[in-house]
Amino acid sequence: MGNINVFDIYDRMEKENIMLSFKGFLSEDLLDSILKVIEEKLTYFQAEAKTKKKVYNVLAECLQNLYHHSKTEGMQEEQSIIVMVVNHKGGYSVITGNMISTDHVEILQQRIRQINAMDSEELTTMYRKVLNNGTYSSKGGGGLGIIDIARRSGEKLDYGFVPVDEFNSFFSLNVKILN
Amino acid sequence: MEDVRIEGTPKTPAILLIGGTGNLEISGRSIPENSVEFYTKVLAWLDIYSAKPASKTIMDVKLEYFNTSSSKCLLDVFKKLETLQKKGFEVQIRWFYEEDDEDMLEAGEDYDSIIDLKFDMCVMEI
Repeated sequence: MGNINVFDIYDRMEKENIMLSFKGFLSEDLLDSILKVIEEKLTYFQAEAKTKKKVYNVLAECLQNLYHHSKTEGMQEEQSIIVMVVNHKGGYSVITGNMISTDHVEILQQRIRQINAMDSEELTTMYRKVLNNGTYSSKGGGGLGIIDIARRSGEKLDYGFVPVDEFNSFFSLNVKILN
Repeated sequence: MEDVRIEGTPKTPAILLIGGTGNLEISGRSIPENSVEFYTKVLAWLDIYSAKPASKTIMDVKLEYFNTSSSKCLLDVFKKLETLQKKGFEVQIRWFYEEDDEDMLEAGEDYDSIIDLKFDMCVMEI
């Protein structure tokens, strides 16, 4: 525990151009703060208005997904998540990671594969269908969030699952927003 | 019937509902975690308004950001206005977007494709 080399973490984050990184329990206040910070940073980095909006929207959607997920899946109160926003040469990446029940891996994987197989026109059709059918929970959901993220990104969703123990897996999502 | 004027916040939009003239406006940001809670008041007002609406209703939507939780609530708002039009009252939606904001334009087109109302796409003056 005492051997954590803070410089290594700092150096790695510096080299990877991480604009923002948080690991811990995501409260509503924190969610608001993260959005506020990223908005200021994007203005500071003089991101194009169009790109700035996409990054902000995708981050808001990702954070709210994580926030609701941690509350609805019977997870422990202290369930921690990780979120990072990376500024690389071609644009930005919004990266998130959280624990999910291994039982949910297959269905989530299927859903993302399905979305990644679609072109922008098909995504639009699916978005409209899901929006209009209203298979929603009161908190949104119904899979609209991930379709919205994919539409705004315009790139394939990069994702992964790491088995952690008998019941839990770590789900990571990398959403790219190119300039 | 009382008019509704709600100030905007960093996560919820400003709302203006003027019954006498039929001028309705939603502007700013709509990214609350629980949109249903926020839009309940708007939907309830529209129910009362629909009983005795102005001869023409114009709704201006001038949003900078909105999340998918709000998108369903907006659909509910438009559905109420669609019903109003079916009853024979004139309804116009003016959907504003910033010139280079293709995502917001597309969002307007999404509603236009689902809802049987006239959506005018307008470029927002910044």
